[in-house]
Amino acid sequence: MAIHAEPQSKVDIREPVVNDFAFSVATKNGSGSQTSNNVLVMSLFRMGIPVNGKNLFPSNIKGLPTWYTIRASKDGYTARKAITEIVVAYNNDTAPEDVMNLPPGGVCITTDKIARVIRQRDDISYYIIPVTKLMRGAKVPSAFRKLVENMTYVGAVAQLFDISLDLIYQVLLDNFKGREKPARMNQDIVELAYHWTAENIVKSDPYRFETMDGTTGKIIMTGNDAGALGAIFGGVNVVAWYPITPSTSFVDGIIAHRYLRQTPEKENTIAIVQAEDELAAAGMVVGAGWAGSRALTSTSGPGISLMSEFAGLAYFAEIPAVFWNITRMGPSTGLPTRTSQGDLLFTHFLGHGDGRQICLMPGNLKEAFEFGWKSFDIAETLQTPVFVISDLDLGMNNWLSDPFDYPDQPLRRGKVLDADALQAFIDEHGKWGRYLDVDGDGIPYRTVPGTNHRFAGYFTRGTGHDEMATYSERSDDWVENMARLHLKMDTARSLLPAPIVDDGNEADIGIITFGTNEEAIREARDWLANDGIRTNYLRIRALPMAATVSDFIDAHQSVFVIENNYDGQLTQLIRLEHPENISHVRSLALGDGLPMTPSWIYDNLKEQEG
Amino acid sequence: MPPRTNALGLARNTYRGKPSTLCPGCGHDSISNQLITMAYELNLEQHKIIKVSGIGCSSKTPAYFLGGSHGFNALHGRMPSVVTGALLANTGLSCIAVSGDGDSGSIGMGQFKHVIRRNVPFVYIIENNGVYGLTKGQFSATADEGQFLKYYGTNHMPPIDLALEAVIAGATFVARSFSGDAKQVQTLLQAAVRHQGTAVLDIISPCVTFNNAETSTKSYPYGKDNEIPLHEIQILAPDYVPEQEEITIGDYAEGDMVTIQMHDGSFLRLKKLDNDHDPRNRRQAMDVLERSMREQIFSTGLIYYEEPRPTLADTEELTATPLAHLGAEQLRPPKEALDTLMSGLMAG
Ligand SMILES: Cc1ncc(C[n+]2csc(CCOP(=O)(O)OP(=O)(O)O)c2C)c(N)n1
Ligand code: SF4
Ligand SMILES: [Mg+2]
Repeated sequence: MAIHAEPQSKVDIREPVVNDFAFSVATKNGSGSQTSNNVLVMSLFRMGIPVNGKNLFPSNIKGLPTWYTIRASKDGYTARKAITEIVVAYNNDTAPEDVMNLPPGGVCITTDKIARVIRQRDDISYYIIPVTKLMRGAKVPSAFRKLVENMTYVGAVAQLFDISLDLIYQVLLDNFKGREKPARMNQDIVELAYHWTAENIVKSDPYRFETMDGTTGKIIMTGNDAGALGAIFGGVNVVAWYPITPSTSFVDGIIAHRYLRQTPEKENTIAIVQAEDELAAAGMVVGAGWAGSRALTSTSGPGISLMSEFAGLAYFAEIPAVFWNITRMGPSTGLPTRTSQGDLLFTHFLGHGDGRQICLMPGNLKEAFEFGWKSFDIAETLQTPVFVISDLDLGMNNWLSDPFDYPDQPLRRGKVLDADALQAFIDEHGKWGRYLDVDGDGIPYRTVPGTNHRFAGYFTRGTGHDEMATYSERSDDWVENMARLHLKMDTARSLLPAPIVDDGNEADIGIITFGTNEEAIREARDWLANDGIRTNYLRIRALPMAATVSDFIDAHQSVFVIENNYDGQLTQLIRLEHPENISHVRSLALGDGLPMTPSWIYDNLKEQEG
Repeated sequence: MPPRTNALGLARNTYRGKPSTLCPGCGHDSISNQLITMAYELNLEQHKIIKVSGIGCSSKTPAYFLGGSHGFNALHGRMPSVVTGALLANTGLSCIAVSGDGDSGSIGMGQFKHVIRRNVPFVYIIENNGVYGLTKGQFSATADEGQFLKYYGTNHMPPIDLALEAVIAGATFVARSFSGDAKQVQTLLQAAVRHQGTAVLDIISPCVTFNNAETSTKSYPYGKDNEIPLHEIQILAPDYVPEQEEITIGDYAEGDMVTIQMHDGSFLRLKKLDNDHDPRNRRQAMDVLERSMREQIFSTGLIYYEEPRPTLADTEELTATPLAHLGAEQLRPPKEALDTLMSGLMAG
């Protein structure tokens, strides 16, 4: 429905839309809009409104356009919406396009300067804030002027859509860790704009926020922070890393929470080394895992590339370590600040020669935390590297979640023999060899350096070796070792987090996905259900994949594999693992650099399903 | 007659590893031998030692000494990062690491410099033969300018001096030696394992198969004829009580002897030979190395020594218990810690 309202004058006559619309805040990168956007998100969260905040930002420190989308959803949907009803157009470069992207009846909040060039639609509401004039009246030290200018839209938004000034001040205080001075400085601008808006703007849109009870007991956090916290509770000892977006804030999260693991004397139980490159970071965690500690590195595609030689070595030499791959878009630099699921195959097959790597794929905040600690148990149990594949969307954006569950199992350190256990092992089996599989699960027993037993030492190598870890170029030794590693990967299938399945819907259509598409899929499935199209759902959480994936495929007439990469990598993997009867498996692969939207899934699935 | 044993009651052959598979006469084997002797003489406990290496003939050698220790033959040029991780995981371990001139001077130059910069405490041996032995005789970056090899012709690049690079990177113990000089190698190894920082030993170690012509400065004949030790070195055990005067000598030029007290309380005594080199003087250390390179003088001995700065583990302020030995209660904060964090994040 298009309305033809004279901006800033007429009162809207439409039905009110409460707690169910989205904002896009368009600013310039580095202009300080982060605090403003964060304040809006946290205010809505505190009002009890389910909300998310996604930053669609450029690879740039200052100046290039950036969009922050905030979605409020009384029904609790937190996927990115394709269309936002409201734009805060504070970037003159993108404002013309931002305004054109609004749906009819949408709202544009902009500055008086920008308004001059963009007022070309008559089916939306324009609210024009005289930012320069307002700022002139503000008592802000000149050094901070530019930084707090964005608070003007916070004030306007608060007034127009009903967020209380008190609440905003509380959130600002939190944001500045209780320091009143900066909070007050920002609040002054918010209030100036708020009062100006109240006196000068006549609201002509139906959108409004209202306090509700949709976030009680919930938290908001980024996936990188959640994963980092998980690692802290998982007993991480050695962190080695090299900065790269979007993984950097993962290690920042560990640094921020390192205190939780200090001794009473304030000594550290976590070493954090900024390495000279990712190759060295990988070497450090492999060395640390070999020596019996829990080690982690966090990186993204380009760094994973550099780690591949160590990944292969660690797989073959059977050394536990945890590698987080916070995936971004494309090879080399690609789109470094855009999200993607494009490293799935690369990570799973990382390393030269035969073999595949264990991968965990968290789909939400809780799983980022859970896999944060569990990855160490899995790595040490299986004596192998574990790759946690997250992405920029989960890693760097704010996600709404239930609070995290404390680990429900004690630390699992795997088959490690201390001196006594080694002696007992030798007494029982006659000998111990590093790669001797006495349990038949492909997982041998290991000793770590420092074990005081004359047979504890062995020589770890990437070269061919037999069960006793002795150098060997014999074909049969090589093949036997490969067979055991293969068996170990099969053992892994049942130890790894099982898929999330929703298959009780008497549906012919099955949807398979992994990672962060879940929210968009959930919403799209609800829309489809409204149209009478029932679907079942399975989200793979680990590789090598569970046997139940095959059953799910067989149980449906039509299967869609939904993923956020261009090549349909999960589809390829399914074809590899499940080659029979898969003509009914179709790929819905996107890969456009942005978090998936429900409408893309809905439209494409409906089109393909005919 | 029972075999001679050390203070731990162990015979020297208990410090051996697997039989070497290197070419007979390879310089690297002599260094392995000196490592065996060193560990035996110093009564080292093998389970407290790790051996780490990169890739190359040189890097194979950890399989040939201290068979009771854990060893890790890692990746080409990446030994330093593995050592860094392992020694952070367990500060109770000592590490003897072996690399080659290709391993450290080319592919691993970055890690070589950075591990020194971080002052990870370990013995970093470069078995320097001027060629890539394992890949059959290509020039390495330490080959002399103008050197001729049958397959690869003449090397037109100036050499990289790895001892000099170590000094520049901030190493606090830098020595050069010759694998044909068993006595000096032995003494330097015994000093290096006592050092609480990265101790770099650039040991010229002839490749008898690809680079042993008299004309090569990395050959046995050349080394035997041209090695000029900077000093005679002696190590005095911790219980040795030196005359007060000797330890407090501030200016080397005044005497012909310098005494350095090492971390474990032992003393390193250097008796000057025909030169004024004071290893405690960084400028002089660099000068000696530069002159050696320019004038092709084969100076050996302790080139540079400095009181070590804090190690990486010190800088990280790690707890005294090795991280690898921490129990579950130190690895996982209690449930209350998570609950507190969570409730602090809740809307209300
Ligand atoms: C990444 C990688 N590139 C190349 C090689 C092949 N390679 C093995 S050893 C070696 C050179 C070793 O030379 P050096 O370190 O001087 O050791 P040496 O054999 O002379 O003792 C090379 C290039 C490898 N193993 N790994
Ligand atoms: S090729 Fe050269 S370096 Fe390698 S083992 Fe033979 S002599 Fe030694
Ligand atoms: Mg060499």
